[in-house]
Amino acid sequence: MVKVRTKDLIEKFDLELISGEEGIDRPISISDISRPGLEIAGFFDYYPEERIQLLGKTELTFIGKLDDGDRKYRLQRLCTDITPGIIISRGMEVPEELLEASERESVPVMRSKLKTTRLSSHLTNYLEGKLAPTTAVHGVLVDIYGVGVLITGKSGVGKSETALELVKRGHRLVADDCVEIRQEDQDTLIGSSPELIEHLLEIRGLGIINVMTLFGAGAVRSYKRITLVINLELWDQNKQYDRLGLDEEKMKIIDTDITKLTVPVRPGRNLAVIIEVAAMNFRLKRMGVNAAEQFSARLSDVIDDGEH
Amino acid sequence: MVEKQVEIKLKTGLQARPAALFVQEANRFSSDIFLEKDGKKVNAKSIMGLMSLALGSGTTVNLIAEGNDEEEALQKLADYIEQVG
Repeated sequence: MVKVRTKDLIEKFDLELISGEEGIDRPISISDISRPGLEIAGFFDYYPEERIQLLGKTELTFIGKLDDGDRKYRLQRLCTDITPGIIISRGMEVPEELLEASERESVPVMRSKLKTTRLSSHLTNYLEGKLAPTTAVHGVLVDIYGVGVLITGKSGVGKSETALELVKRGHRLVADDCVEIRQEDQDTLIGSSPELIEHLLEIRGLGIINVMTLFGAGAVRSYKRITLVINLELWDQNKQYDRLGLDEEKMKIIDTDITKLTVPVRPGRNLAVIIEVAAMNFRLKRMGVNAAEQFSARLSDVIDDGEH
Repeated sequence: MVEKQVEIKLKTGLQARPAALFVQEANRFSSDIFLEKDGKKVNAKSIMGLMSLALGSGTTVNLIAEGNDEEEALQKLADYIEQVG
């Protein structure tokens, strides 16, 4: 599936399309930007033709100093049938030979008023975001005391009801039922809601409610980094649940390991409070205070003292 | 696990009411049931997830079921989607 095309760049960065209009539907598959300095000097061995090419003042001035034959040949080689586009920065003039070559190969040539380095970092950021690996999971994402908690579990276990109580307690809803997750910078998972169902919560018996209009703008967020997963499951007599909290279970989403707690559901257990405390305890652990470990150390000390 | 490509033939597509009926139907089975469109996979037992796909008439989706009653679930749900409303 193509995530971003050249025409998206034109729209996003307000670029002026100069030639090669036929190619604006070309897909961009890589977030790296190429500044083909060595290529215009004649070295094409490692030309990264699948990348967006960026020509700045340095490159264009150099091109201007080439003799006609070299200029024509090298600019022609910049335009391949998979190059998604060539961008000229600083609003500079486009060499005549580049216009001809780009029309021939349908490579879009675009112009921006921004400075080269600035434009390059904007482009990289935008492409990184667009090309980041994504997935969707069934669950509810809530921001609890600044910790992004993804609540998962089978349908009907009470995820949405728990989320409603959390919202009532002053926490923020990010997404209900379907959470879209994007992985940024190797190990950061950002969760958000599909646009169509943003701010909505489905409660059996009530139907669909709008959390933003009911509880106000403070009760929702549009995206949040996920740091904790809480899996709700029906109480299983034969299963051992964590009684100490000394070990941390992990779960993999895309390529990132994330801490996961399994909380059994049973009538009389207030899930919202348990999840709220789990989030606080998680923060505390990250700050270096681990109640379970401290207690375990104390217990060992007392046992050791008793032996001597 | 069983899966099947189905085309939505309901004239209105899966609007709110037909979607609710679909989810109700899906919840009758114990199998895990998913719908997939353009690489996006949602739980067929959750109405919000299903509606976030905004499935119109004529779209093709992949219906996936896994569990004890997967065959029956797949058959029933495919029939529901493919009926001409």
